[in-house]
Amino acid sequence: MHSSGETPAVVVSSAVRKFADTPGGLLPLLHEIQTGLGFIPSDCVATIASGMGLSRAEVHGVISFYHDFRDKPGGKKTIHVCRAEACQAVGSRQLEAHVKNRLGVDYGETTADGRFTLKPVYCLGNCACGPSVRIADDVFARVDADRFDELLGDI
Amino acid sequence: MVKIYIPADTTACALGADKVAAEVLLQAQKRGLDVEVKRNGSRGAFWLEPLLEVESGEDRIAFGPVCPDDVAGLFEAGLHDSAEHPLFLGKVTDIEWLTRQDRLTFGRAGVIDPLSLDDYKHEGGYEGLNKALAMTAEEIVEAVTDSGLRGRGGAAFPTGIKWRTVLNTPSDQKYVTANADEGDSGTFADRLLMEADPFQLIEGMTICALAVGATQGYIYLRSEYPKALQVVSQAIATAETANLLGSNICGGEHDFHLHIRVGAGAYICGEETSMLESLEGKRGLVRFKPPLPAIEGLFGQPTVVNNVLTLAAVSTVLAKGAAHYRDYGSGRSRGTLSVQLAGNIRRGGLVEVPFGASLRELVEGFGGGTSSGRPVRAIQVGGPLGAYLPESQWDTPLDYEAFTEVGAMLGHGGVVVFDDSVDMLEQARFAMEFCAVESCGKCTPCRIGSVRGMELIEKIGKNENRPASFELLEELCETMDMGSLCAMGGLTPMPVRSALKYFSKDFERGNGIGIER
Repeated sequence: MHSSGETPAVVVSSAVRKFADTPGGLLPLLHEIQTGLGFIPSDCVATIASGMGLSRAEVHGVISFYHDFRDKPGGKKTIHVCRAEACQAVGSRQLEAHVKNRLGVDYGETTADGRFTLKPVYCLGNCACGPSVRIADDVFARVDADRFDELLGDI
Repeated sequence: MVKIYIPADTTACALGADKVAAEVLLQAQKRGLDVEVKRNGSRGAFWLEPLLEVESGEDRIAFGPVCPDDVAGLFEAGLHDSAEHPLFLGKVTDIEWLTRQDRLTFGRAGVIDPLSLDDYKHEGGYEGLNKALAMTAEEIVEAVTDSGLRGRGGAAFPTGIKWRTVLNTPSDQKYVTANADEGDSGTFADRLLMEADPFQLIEGMTICALAVGATQGYIYLRSEYPKALQVVSQAIATAETANLLGSNICGGEHDFHLHIRVGAGAYICGEETSMLESLEGKRGLVRFKPPLPAIEGLFGQPTVVNNVLTLAAVSTVLAKGAAHYRDYGSGRSRGTLSVQLAGNIRRGGLVEVPFGASLRELVEGFGGGTSSGRPVRAIQVGGPLGAYLPESQWDTPLDYEAFTEVGAMLGHGGVVVFDDSVDMLEQARFAMEFCAVESCGKCTPCRIGSVRGMELIEKIGKNENRPASFELLEELCETMDMGSLCAMGGLTPMPVRSALKYFSKDFERGNGIGIER
């Protein structure tokens, strides 16, 4: 996650200003805050709600509905392992087990050193060359246990 | 100067294309050679990626799959003259895997620089819009109807009929939306198109806007596709600068403003009404139908919701005529189907062929069987909600109606191949798990049924109360099928039932561990 260096209050209020007049602008607004801060702090829900003319429940509902949004900080980088069928057909179940074991975390958790948050993903659109893993915005193909360790070593 | 093409596509890059490109520049510099590296899109022959093409007169000589370590050797062998090189594939236009396809939609993919408007126009781009600008809305809708084009997202609804409904619904504000939330496992055709030929989607949406009288458009793109987001955003900006989007497009009286919205990791938002909710900034809860989105869609206004490939195909329909498109295909499935060969497959990628080819032809002919070298055992067609088909069904022609007849569906054209190590009880269990994870939660059969289904299949795996569990599972499937609000809960039973029907052996096991076959 790229931290903008601004305080949370500044990031939130400038995002609200930017999207207040955008029809259905709540999703792009939340993306902007999460890109800026790495997460969407629970204490900014009220600011977002009043700025967008919504109830706090509506804003909270949206944040909690979508897998991408989180209300707590994550690791420096998110590792997504594809769990979907095309990757299953080429050994992603074994890869998942290896990744969890190697990082010492389960899905949704962050490594003790704060470097990685592990998340499942259901398809990265790389289905002819699985198993697929995404680290931050980079997708990697044909990832087996050895290749995964190599990727970790490269970061 | 030597021109070398290396795709910047997601899969190509996932296989190291960026490193290959950097190595090409480095080796050229070392040798004092004047080399230009062009980053094209992929042709979709993913088994050959990274596919490096060296321009040679009118042709391009292909090498693949190329690793960074191969690059120095290619230079030493003389680049396009290196017919002896083990990675030499000959002229790219002679690669049989590609020449055997009928590329109506993917003809430009991998050929052009995706962000060059000149390249796009040079290869026939914007001919469709130019024709549409000289036609009435009614005539455009007529052409799309005559082409026989049906929705490529999976539902296969006739596109012309949908457009006519929007055209005939009076309103001051109408919308065109492209569903680019391609969440089905085993599919990547939308992604490939957006990364390799984004102007085709923009052109198709613009034609649609003219046809139905819309002035605003949205592309709802999944967040799992960061490269596609980059390419399409840049393409929109270029089209705006060229007056192909925005106010008074092409100097005429039509306005069409196109926006991208990024999803947030919810599979259900690929369902059209859930997508509309998400575009409105809400939770992606499925809506009741009616009202149809064509009548009350985005922000309550008449809205076209079409898949990326449907909208892209429209530019071809207009450019080459409805009859040209309709002449391909079989039965009531007209035109071409973009099949995506995925999973355990030797030669995977995008295969665009007229409807009517058999699944066997695709998987064995194009795909060359499994990548593991073991026998193919099951093929899941149409994404995570599609049926698992055993060998007895592989001669079914790829045609919407033919697939429905055998209790399967074509969906968005994903074909996922499994070898004989697959455990079909586990696949059936996963179908229920996926539904439990991704259900929007609005209706009970989907929200609760999926969790109960998962538990039941686990019980069967542990040999608990088998006859009653099977009976209950079938009843549950029926409830989900008949009682769910949308296709998510309604179709989840399809992979489960097909696994039970065709692979019943996998459901007979002693202790829940391992398969006894």
